[in-house]
Amino acid sequence: MPDDRELLDTNASGRLLANRIPGTAATDEAILAIEETTPADDLLSKRPLGFLFWFAVCFVGLILLSAILANLLPLQNPNFQNYTALNQGPSGAHLLGTDDLGRDLLSRLIFGSRVSLIVGFSGVAIGLIIGGTAGLVSGYRGGRLDVALNAVSFIILAFPAIVAVIAIVTFWGASLLHITIILGVATIPLMYRVIRASSLSFAQRDFVVAAKTMGATDTRIVLREILPNVIPVTVTFSLITVAGLIVIEGTLAFLGLSVALPTPSWGNLINEGSSNDLLSINPYIMLWPALAMFLLLWSINIIGDRLRQRFDIREGLL
Amino acid sequence: MGKYLIRRFIQLVVVSFVISVLVFMLVHLLPGDPTTQILGANDTAANRAILLKQLGLNLPLWHQYTIWLNAAFHGNLGTSYLNHESVTHILATGAPVSIELIVISQVIAFAVAIPLALVVSRKPNRWLDNVSTTSTFGLLALPPFVVAPILVAVFAVGLGWFPATGYTPFTQAPLTNIHEMILPSVAITAGSIAVYFRLLRSDLISTLQQDFITMARSKGLSNVRIMWRHAFRPSSFSMLAAAGINIGSLIAGTFVVELLFAMPGLGYALVGAVEQRDYLVVQGLSLVIAIAFVIIQFIIDFIFTIVDPRVVRE
Repeated sequence: MPDDRELLDTNASGRLLANRIPGTAATDEAILAIEETTPADDLLSKRPLGFLFWFAVCFVGLILLSAILANLLPLQNPNFQNYTALNQGPSGAHLLGTDDLGRDLLSRLIFGSRVSLIVGFSGVAIGLIIGGTAGLVSGYRGGRLDVALNAVSFIILAFPAIVAVIAIVTFWGASLLHITIILGVATIPLMYRVIRASSLSFAQRDFVVAAKTMGATDTRIVLREILPNVIPVTVTFSLITVAGLIVIEGTLAFLGLSVALPTPSWGNLINEGSSNDLLSINPYIMLWPALAMFLLLWSINIIGDRLRQRFDIREGLL
Repeated sequence: MGKYLIRRFIQLVVVSFVISVLVFMLVHLLPGDPTTQILGANDTAANRAILLKQLGLNLPLWHQYTIWLNAAFHGNLGTSYLNHESVTHILATGAPVSIELIVISQVIAFAVAIPLALVVSRKPNRWLDNVSTTSTFGLLALPPFVVAPILVAVFAVGLGWFPATGYTPFTQAPLTNIHEMILPSVAITAGSIAVYFRLLRSDLISTLQQDFITMARSKGLSNVRIMWRHAFRPSSFSMLAAAGINIGSLIAGTFVVELLFAMPGLGYALVGAVEQRDYLVVQGLSLVIAIAFVIIQFIIDFIFTIVDPRVVRE
């Protein structure tokens, strides 16, 4: 898919410069100057990633840090029930308020983020290590193995993920480990397909042919020539997949099929807070995790999209 | 075209076969064998032997599979341990609810995304374009389990415009049915709107730069006519393809809203069965939903060959 926004931006800035400097010679010069910028220049100078991107990075960083450091932060135990402080609104003692059992909502929110993050990032890591490696090799080597793996990945992707995951969780039991493994395995064919396609497109390029002619081994070509070029696509796609896995885990948790209560996760916190009486008495229980989930997904998507645009300038891939 | 469809059909059969084997094998993932779970406290050697025979579990695995598949083909997907309702009956009552949810949500999604993309793509990067492109990014971050409770809190609990729970069949009271369907359908439509809008917009922008559009313009055709008659069709392919892929996440969405709004659809039945450890129901429902999903994708591919004959030649 051609990225229209880049195209339009270039045209727009060309027009802008042309308008600012009347007189054809200067205009042509200005447009030429734009066309002549090298990819490296683009990467460094053109199109700053923007305020939104850095805001998103900061937010994801904040969530990651607080999840990692949760035990060190001055937080209440997320399961401690304080019966003298039920359903309180935000206050100095409880920054985000308390729930119907007097548990601190900020603490539950931060401890709950761990489940989403672990499933999202570890799941993608599993998919990357297995599916990514297979895709890298299969795209470069081609042949029968490639055809076979490709067909298998098609069949696996034909499954509606949520149904498969629900069915497996039912029969295998819902625990953080099981869900991470199931979602990780489900990610393998996705990663395989994307990285294979990218690897395939580089396998035919001149620099790979050159490396071959100079007698480089296959291992060297895959690791030194193809892998570095595949990384931009991989990073971008991995980020989007992390968001996807977080959504699936959240959906499972909302349905009560993920990590069981009282262990908090954003999905089960939202579910807990959206029972009818609680929605009217204390909407905060549902509101905070919903807001956090929205901001996290939005941030990951923004980061992924901006990186995609940035990498597209260089390689025109995806 | 015939050849392409035959190839796709073979793929459909292979995928359905694999799905059926996997769903069948699920029961064998259980620790021990299913009898442990079914018998519970009545777990004696004699009871177990009778049950093993009843369930046909003493036969070799492939034989069990053929018996199970044969029964499934004849519409017998087993019955619930709990209320002895047949899985086929659960399907017959649940499917209309889920299908109605999906259809209404897709109608909303197309009704919002298509006109917006048509308007915006004519003048890209103006304020309307920037606002809608940015806000659809927000929509992408609103999965049903996030947006549905908020909709309930605001429009059902707060303003009281819509009921928070309940379902009335369309055949009984059409207006009540639609009224109850609005909140849950809107809750699952956010992601679809974002995806359709973004794809259609970017395809329209590149279509509008092509020669046949300039040709149409120079003939003096009106903008409305150019957008609808000339630009829309060749730009709609990625959107259609996405609609096919989207069905998967829509199914997940219906599970969420059916649970939240207490609507007796397939998701409600499935989640209930999972909680009750009603294994045969989970197995039967998973099989049917997965195969339905594969068939829908096949149908969408078929529509594709009509809308865009070029796919056949690939």
